[in-house]
Amino acid sequence: MPHQISVFMENRPGKLERVTDLLADQGINIRAITITDSGDFGILKLLVNDPGKACDILTGNGLVAVLKEVVAIRVIDSPGGLRDIGATLTRHRINIDDAYGFVLRSGQSAVFVIQVINPEEVEVILKNEGFSLLGEKDLYQL
Amino acid sequence: MKYWSEEIETMSRSEIEALQLKRLKTTLARAAHSPFYRELFRKNSINPEDIRSTEDLTYLPFTRKNDLRLSYPRGFLAVKEDEVVRMHASSGTTGQSTVIYHTAHDLNEWTDLVTRSLVVAGAGEKDVFQNMMSYGLFTGGLGLHYGAERLGMMVIPIGGGNTHRQIEFFRDFKTSVIHITPSYALHVSDVIKDMGLGPVDFNLRLMIFGAEPYSEATRDKLEASFRVRAFNCYGLTEMNGPGVAFECRQSEGMHVWEDNYLVEIIDPATGQPAGPGEIGEVVFTTLNREAMPLIRYRTRDLAQLFPETECPCGRNFRRLSRILGRTDDMLIVRGVNVFPSQIEHVLMKLPEVGTNYQIILNRVDNLDRMTIRVEIYGKMFHGEARELRLLRKKIQHELKEQILLSTEIELMEPGALPPSQGKAKRVFDNREI
Repeated sequence: MPHQISVFMENRPGKLERVTDLLADQGINIRAITITDSGDFGILKLLVNDPGKACDILTGNGLVAVLKEVVAIRVIDSPGGLRDIGATLTRHRINIDDAYGFVLRSGQSAVFVIQVINPEEVEVILKNEGFSLLGEKDLYQL
Repeated sequence: MKYWSEEIETMSRSEIEALQLKRLKTTLARAAHSPFYRELFRKNSINPEDIRSTEDLTYLPFTRKNDLRLSYPRGFLAVKEDEVVRMHASSGTTGQSTVIYHTAHDLNEWTDLVTRSLVVAGAGEKDVFQNMMSYGLFTGGLGLHYGAERLGMMVIPIGGGNTHRQIEFFRDFKTSVIHITPSYALHVSDVIKDMGLGPVDFNLRLMIFGAEPYSEATRDKLEASFRVRAFNCYGLTEMNGPGVAFECRQSEGMHVWEDNYLVEIIDPATGQPAGPGEIGEVVFTTLNREAMPLIRYRTRDLAQLFPETECPCGRNFRRLSRILGRTDDMLIVRGVNVFPSQIEHVLMKLPEVGTNYQIILNRVDNLDRMTIRVEIYGKMFHGEARELRLLRKKIQHELKEQILLSTEIELMEPGALPPSQGKAKRVFDNREI
């Protein structure tokens, strides 16, 4: 199951640069990024090619970061692609805590990443419903 | 060893009071030799011989920090300069520094009080004592140093700072007793964790805290993190330094060494005696000092004196609560009196926040705004903004319960606030009045 890194950041200039600097120096490639703003602080969420190493680099440098399991679903990059996922989640009464998406190849495929309370169960449900899920390796080697 | 000066430490109340009166009379007679008290007695038509009981003392005026400043450098000296063997001085960060002189007798008596205090904590000659307070003009270093030596402990006079070395010394010299400020202890505890070490790597068993007010919750945190018993030691340069009052193993207040100090609690606003058990300003009169007697010295420390005089430890000296703040630390925010120690108490109870904090006061549109900066504790973070927003609300709520004021909370990364070494600066009052 893929992992994202959540990083606590004070909301001030230079904070994002520090994180990306540390990762770039160690050859970590960022696949996707989101930032949630909460006034004086924000939460940065990252998908990277080596999450375990990246998280160690960040915590080793005094940053507050944790790994978290997420579900990554392959979506067809065309109108209605996301709707099918939404409908399935609704049917199974699955609540999304946080989500983001990114396009893999324009007009062909995209990835929808969701954060749910019970990711393992949700993976099984989605697989049974015929969705193509990205495993840890698939996601990092895109 | 149970007592250091058994005869004195086991005195009954009436014996203590008789000794106090005798020593008070000597003190007043000695004080009259100093330029300051000679003038004060003359101006107020005071004849020291008219003082017939310790209660009569309340007829005498207070001595204040500012009197010491104005009388710099020798206005309070009551003996010939030749008889002085040492001086100490307070930091002088708030004005002219104040000087305290000691004769050989004074130093001997002071050292004895410190040794007595260490025995109360359960220290003995087999202990290794690492003194992590600054040496020099500050009394915390030398005061404990000589008291610990007199007890026969091996003393490591390392002073403050250089945290890695301090921790290496804990390990290499099997340090069992340390003397430290609570804020520095919090920092040391963080560094020990960072070094991948823990209490099992050391031989520590007692921790003596002095020099700054802190909360009971901080003590719990530190006792747990170092796995030691912590004792509060009270003192101030004007009253020699550490060893004015010390906590016994009951951990219910600090016994004031009343054979050497006469203690009063007053209402800082009116100067009148506080009621039994009431919080007020602590006032001391030296009873056994030759070079520089001080009469009714206002410490600006806030505390309460417990009304009971009996203690299971066998001593009948009255007990002072922990120091709850300073009369001049008191912040008035939107008309409400707030002590930083109240805020610290709330924060230290929350496992999600680290050990450093700052209190920032601003005035926006003529309204006081109080912002508390706290560091979040890395291990309590699970990756969501939502939980941190809840944490912020929780801190606001707990603070409101305690200090009755709304606050803004800023969450910071660990290490974002300057680590506190020595006396920590926590309050930044940017209000322009």
